[in-house]
Amino acid sequence: MKRIFSALLFCAALVLLLAGVMGSSAARAETRDLILATTTSTQDSGLLDELIPLFEKSSGYFVKTIAVGSGQAMAMGTKGEADVLLVHSPAAEEKFMAADSGVHRQLVMHNDFVIVGPPNDPAGIRGETSATAAFKKIAGAGALFLSRGDNSGTHAKEKGVWKATGLTPDGQSWYQQTGLGMGQTLNVAAEKKGYTLADRGTYLALQKTLGLEILVEGDPLLLNVYHVIEVNPGKWPKVNTPGARAFAAFMVAAPTQEIIRSFGVAKFGSPLFFPDAGKPEPSGK
Amino acid sequence: MDLIAEGIAKALALLTSFDPEVLGITLLSLKVSGTATLLSLLVGITSGTLLALAEFPGKRLLMSLVNTGMGLPPVVVGLFVTIFLWRNGPLGFLGILYTPTAMILAQGIIATPIVTGITLASVQNLPANLKLQILALGATRPQLVWILIKEARLPLLAGVMAGFGGVISEVGASIMVGGNIKGYSRVLTTATVMETSRGNFDVAIALSLILLLLCFVINYLLTRIQQRERPR
Amino acid sequence: MTTAPLLEARNLSVVRGGAEVLSIPDFTVAGNEVLSLIGPNGAGKSTLLLALARLLPLSAGEIRCRGESVMANRHLVPYRRRLAMVFQEPLLFDATVYDNVASGLKIRGLGRDELRRRVGEALELLQMTHLAERSARKLSGGEAQRTSLARAFAIRPELIFLDEPFSALDPPTRRTLTDDLERVLKATGTAAILATHDQMDALRLSDRMAVMHRGKILQSGPPVEVFNRPGTELVASLVGMENVLAGTVLDSREGLLTLALGEHRIAVPGRGAPGETVRFCIRPEHITLTSFDPAGGTSARNVLPATITAIAPMGIYQKLQIDCGFPLIVFLTQQSLGELHLAPQRTTFASFKATAVHLLRSGPDCHSTPKDD
Repeated sequence: MKRIFSALLFCAALVLLLAGVMGSSAARAETRDLILATTTSTQDSGLLDELIPLFEKSSGYFVKTIAVGSGQAMAMGTKGEADVLLVHSPAAEEKFMAADSGVHRQLVMHNDFVIVGPPNDPAGIRGETSATAAFKKIAGAGALFLSRGDNSGTHAKEKGVWKATGLTPDGQSWYQQTGLGMGQTLNVAAEKKGYTLADRGTYLALQKTLGLEILVEGDPLLLNVYHVIEVNPGKWPKVNTPGARAFAAFMVAAPTQEIIRSFGVAKFGSPLFFPDAGKPEPSGK
Repeated sequence: MDLIAEGIAKALALLTSFDPEVLGITLLSLKVSGTATLLSLLVGITSGTLLALAEFPGKRLLMSLVNTGMGLPPVVVGLFVTIFLWRNGPLGFLGILYTPTAMILAQGIIATPIVTGITLASVQNLPANLKLQILALGATRPQLVWILIKEARLPLLAGVMAGFGGVISEVGASIMVGGNIKGYSRVLTTATVMETSRGNFDVAIALSLILLLLCFVINYLLTRIQQRERPR
Repeated sequence: MTTAPLLEARNLSVVRGGAEVLSIPDFTVAGNEVLSLIGPNGAGKSTLLLALARLLPLSAGEIRCRGESVMANRHLVPYRRRLAMVFQEPLLFDATVYDNVASGLKIRGLGRDELRRRVGEALELLQMTHLAERSARKLSGGEAQRTSLARAFAIRPELIFLDEPFSALDPPTRRTLTDDLERVLKATGTAAILATHDQMDALRLSDRMAVMHRGKILQSGPPVEVFNRPGTELVASLVGMENVLAGTVLDSREGLLTLALGEHRIAVPGRGAPGETVRFCIRPEHITLTSFDPAGGTSARNVLPATITAIAPMGIYQKLQIDCGFPLIVFLTQQSLGELHLAPQRTTFASFKATAVHLLRSGPDCHSTPKDD
């Protein structure tokens, strides 16, 4: 018995040792690592694939992009598990800042949300200019609506619109939550011929395979604004502050903003994001 | 149907052109899951054999736990490994979250109960008196364990297959602890998920085909070895 | 050389599930002795072997090897390395015959050259050099058990434990292997404890026999004595009804021995040196009784006058005890009994063919050259 236990202990020690050896090599490089918590839309649109290598090359940092919803990204920031955030959920961001979880919130870019749905448009919202009016029609018609349901920036925006309508869609049979990222939620909507709220970038990137159309756009309420936020190093000393600062500076620098402006034009015929660095905060969250 | 045909065509193009990104993803998948399987073999075979040999109160409970662990949901493992590896978590000092090392760790944890369970069953299936015979030949405890493992090597190959097949096709834990970072911790499964949500179904199909091919080749090789060892 | 015996056990007790399955107050094996344990299945033969080999946790008792206790955990491996064990199943490793025979030596960390030499010797001893490279999976049952024997003898044990080694084999294979085991035991002078339920094996191979029942040794002693003078009814029923006898060789020619047994002369097929003591047995059903001296009227070479001492029914047979200067057991059918008008105290003639007599191994004094310990 004693021997068996010592053998088990030996195995456990060996594994820890191995993990330690691998871990320590990773730990040495840690100060060069930068954890960017961001939304699925920036990754799914392909924008980050373009920007990150440029930043890594110019700064020497290694960026670990963790693409999650804006809600989870900010939760990571709150726990000091990320260094810098690129998010699009203004109301939540303000709470995040108010809680002293972040420093230096800077406007990076915007695009907008669009309400998409099947071409036959069962709720008849096509051409509607007000997002709230369109949502009311969908609810009135009991037409299928797919919600992200994942606390992402898009989900926050969608809840904001519902709030403005005064309706509570939760629990209705026509209101379904996917719990998935933007791209997958669009796929589900396409498959089930339902409506959903999507950021324009992801929608454009997926457009060719979806068979969903933009039915409502242009309402100032549907503005989708991205901010870069550095996680507060005062709260979490392990945060890579110089890296976060460098990344934020990179995102608002003129050459980067130029790349954002032209990203997607060649592929989709129109830009996916509009650079906003240095501009005043837009209204209409 | 177009989608599938297109996907397969694209997959073939990606495969035949040795697209460096696809190649890198494939190699990383092999490296991560291979290392995780090796680690799980080290731990699983040893502990499975010891568990089969030892007699102690609570052995049955431990055996049921191992058998439950054989179906450990990868996302549960992913969640707990993430929590432990957080910078400010208990193992945060290792600084390995969002690295292939973390993926190896998580996959190793998923595969270990599988290997342990199969080892346990294999060793218990050996003739009851074999242990006594080995001891009667003058074996020390470590020699006994080693000889029993050698004797159970054929069924253990099944453990290797099951373990490797389980982790290379696993996505939940990999995406949580690895972060699906491009060129760094992106493996076949996480890349497939991402390309699907990006609407790049052709690439997703290509990646899936590679994954299938990989699983097939490895299982084919292991089966070959197993068949060759079998008499007649 | 009156040093301590090879193996001594005192007050051995094994308790399993609350019941004492083995209880041996006193047990000794001498340095060159072949001891057989006989008894029905479940008598505790295997348990005793495992207990003596320290492969089983003891509830109480002490075992000494050449006077030194082997009870402490640190003694286990060194003690077991002086022993070898052969089970009923061959329990071979999934490897070649060579590697199997080498396994005990490898465990002892023998150098390559020494290992090769010792394996070669063991293979030769068991006459299986030609099988060296064969996979253990491709062996017949007899070859596999032969490999198991070679593996055991390769380590040159001081004492070998044999747990019903041949009982799973078919009769011809069993006979050949028993012959070989007898030869190897003699050639190497290895002490052995053989558990068996085959009385013939016990008679042929052993110097001493212990009869076991329900975890206890009921009687032990030279086989002839145990067979002919069972101390209790239980032992008598356990050792069966074989007629086991010992005689002195008077003459040996053309494969036929003439033995002196008291005043009688008995012809037995076999070879031996005049003056040698040999043991033999006659199966009770091979003896015929006649009420007159058949003299030339029978093909049986051996005819002995006898007195019937007892008759008892036994299944389809009647069991008769007769006295011809030594006791013999005879089985007759009810019908023959009636035809012959046999009754206790009647005089009769027992006859049996020479070929009905099984010569057992020569007496203990033939090969008991003391081992130097």
